[in-house]
Amino acid sequence: MHLIWMALRASSRRLWGVCSRGRLRFTCAAGSTDSASAAVQRERVEARAEKPSAPSTKNFELSPFALYLLDRGPETLVQASREELLGYHRLMFTMRRMEIGADQLYKAQKIRGFCHLYDGQEAVAAGMSQVITFDDYLITAYRNHCQQLMRGDTVEGIIAELLGRAIGCSQGKGGSMHLYFPENNYFGGNGIVGAQVPLGTGLAFAAKYKKENAVSITMMGDGAANQGQVYESFNMAALWKLPVVYVIENNQYGMGTSANRAAANPLYYTRGAYIPGIRVDGMDVLAVREATRFAKDWCLQGNGPILLEMQTYRYHGHSMSDPGITYRTRDEINEMRKTRDPIEKVKSRLVDVGWVTADELKQTERAIRQDVDEAIKRALDAPEPAPELLWKHLYTTEATRVRGTSIDNGYEA
Amino acid sequence: MLHKLFMYEALREAIDEEMARDKRVFVLGEDVGHYGGSYKVTKQLHTKYGDLRVLDTPIAENSFTGMAIGAAMTGLKPVVEGMNLSFLLLAFNQISNNAGMLHYTSGGNWSIPLVIRGPGGIGKQLSAEHSQRIEAYFQAVPGLKIVACSTPYNAKGLLKAAIRDNNPVLFLEHVLLYNLKQEIPKQEYVLPLDKAQVVREGSDVTIITYSRMLHHVMQAVKQLVAQGMNPEVIDLISLKPIDLETLVTSVSKTHKAIIVEECMQTGGIAAEVMAQIYSHAFDELDAPIRRLSSKDVPTPYNGYLEQACLVQPTQIVEAVKTLMST
Repeated sequence: MHLIWMALRASSRRLWGVCSRGRLRFTCAAGSTDSASAAVQRERVEARAEKPSAPSTKNFELSPFALYLLDRGPETLVQASREELLGYHRLMFTMRRMEIGADQLYKAQKIRGFCHLYDGQEAVAAGMSQVITFDDYLITAYRNHCQQLMRGDTVEGIIAELLGRAIGCSQGKGGSMHLYFPENNYFGGNGIVGAQVPLGTGLAFAAKYKKENAVSITMMGDGAANQGQVYESFNMAALWKLPVVYVIENNQYGMGTSANRAAANPLYYTRGAYIPGIRVDGMDVLAVREATRFAKDWCLQGNGPILLEMQTYRYHGHSMSDPGITYRTRDEINEMRKTRDPIEKVKSRLVDVGWVTADELKQTERAIRQDVDEAIKRALDAPEPAPELLWKHLYTTEATRVRGTSIDNGYEA
Repeated sequence: MLHKLFMYEALREAIDEEMARDKRVFVLGEDVGHYGGSYKVTKQLHTKYGDLRVLDTPIAENSFTGMAIGAAMTGLKPVVEGMNLSFLLLAFNQISNNAGMLHYTSGGNWSIPLVIRGPGGIGKQLSAEHSQRIEAYFQAVPGLKIVACSTPYNAKGLLKAAIRDNNPVLFLEHVLLYNLKQEIPKQEYVLPLDKAQVVREGSDVTIITYSRMLHHVMQAVKQLVAQGMNPEVIDLISLKPIDLETLVTSVSKTHKAIIVEECMQTGGIAAEVMAQIYSHAFDELDAPIRRLSSKDVPTPYNGYLEQACLVQPTQIVEAVKTLMST
């Protein structure tokens, strides 16, 4: 297989030739990629035609990836098994129901404060889940309930933290923007836009320092991609060849400002300047899987950082405080739901190749709905944190004295 | 066995010993490696420990502080050097939210064993932006520890303690104290991070101070003793949390207190210390607590104006005498 790859690489170089500006091969606009990749694709299809897929897997065609500073990109003809696709469906549908449950709890004023929902973007978190391990580091911003789920927490635990209950991962003291799962290397859950990017770069630094075979998946949004500390991080990561995959989830809008109105260069996968990038259809879980696999391999081979722009979409507003329709039309939202919903896409893949019927999928979904509803009920019954928790966790050994609101209601050990 | 060291050498010994002892400890900052550190604190450490453990960073305080915090979350023990502590204002968000708050916000999931150290305070005509007194800015951040060293002896012992501590520690050095020389033990020693030090026992009045002002206070004390007074001098050492026990014990003995600080008066360290002493020991006081702080102005460049900005030993002598006569 490796030999076929080497042959393909050599032939693709001959197809493109060397750009007149020297060694940089800049392929950005879809046009220039198409002609090159179409020829490469033909060769790959021919190569695969000699080797039929194993009976339990089938081949699926992905839309082309736009590449920046890369000779070759992720596979566009990929294999997936029935079990794998069913697994994605389960995971994404659970994510969807959990987020809708959170929406209802927020409207019932049980979840308070800021609540940023991920429905529409499930394929990004789900697509990464089969390719990264719990030895890899993951960090993201505040739209992170689904990352917490795919890193190992339960729906009950997550909803409990959103409700501020004691059984939540942060014992009720964190809330929606501060979910963490240290055992599986999930670093949150961060409230300040862009501030997680230096942290994620530090996770990659630690991996290199400790000589681990791991990468840091550092996620941010299209809004965060205009933060200065992101570019400071890019510089250090490239300088020291840190194994970090920067994932920009471009859901087309910051809060109420579209990406085009915030970025002089809205081609986010090129924003790494000297860091290679790939633009990915973030509504296709298999595309996310392939791109993440490619990016992880890239880092583990010691090439330094790489950037993935996931083109995705959020159905809800920026947060529950934002109706989400003042800066975009309902038509746009409905169009995305109808034509590009990530769950519908994996379902139609399953049904089209005859691996399941629509009815079987409906049954699965009914069962998941029930599971999620019951988990939410259990979370609602969970206890509030004990009052002493107010004073705990200031320092790793308990503080001996903490000032109160008046002289006599402080804490003394 | 003793050996005489400059403060910057004492600090270097602390870092060297801790790096040798614990592989998780590493240093990062601007020009800490090949250049040897702008105040020579990390001189030659990179030849011993390599470029990864003594990391020369680009000029990007916000993100290399954030990077250090991310590394600390995985169990490493970074020592971040701010070339001047003022520059750390660029990293305020990372220090406050990610270093200070994370242990609490995560319900105890993460520890941030981070040390941020560097020179601050008013120097010799370094101008406003390089002569900042930032201790008060960080004082309110929950979850941070703040420590100010004042002698080569306590610098070494405290820095070792700060590196070993599992909490984020802001370690304040002073730009004019690096060339202070003192005999310190060759034997390894670690000082407690949270204890104030009674520098001089006395009975008449409690003078509370920290960092460089300790030396102005001791100059004033020479004159006060010559005039027959017996002041007790306490070096706060720990600015957050304050060692209230030591202060209250002293005030219960002397019944008079004066605080001498280098930071601005408004919202300064003394404001906090005063409030705490009043809350817990009001009945012990025979007079209001006096506060001597630098002026509420940015540090002027002109040498005379700069000196006028600071608290001088003569002012301390006057203030103590006035306090003693009430």
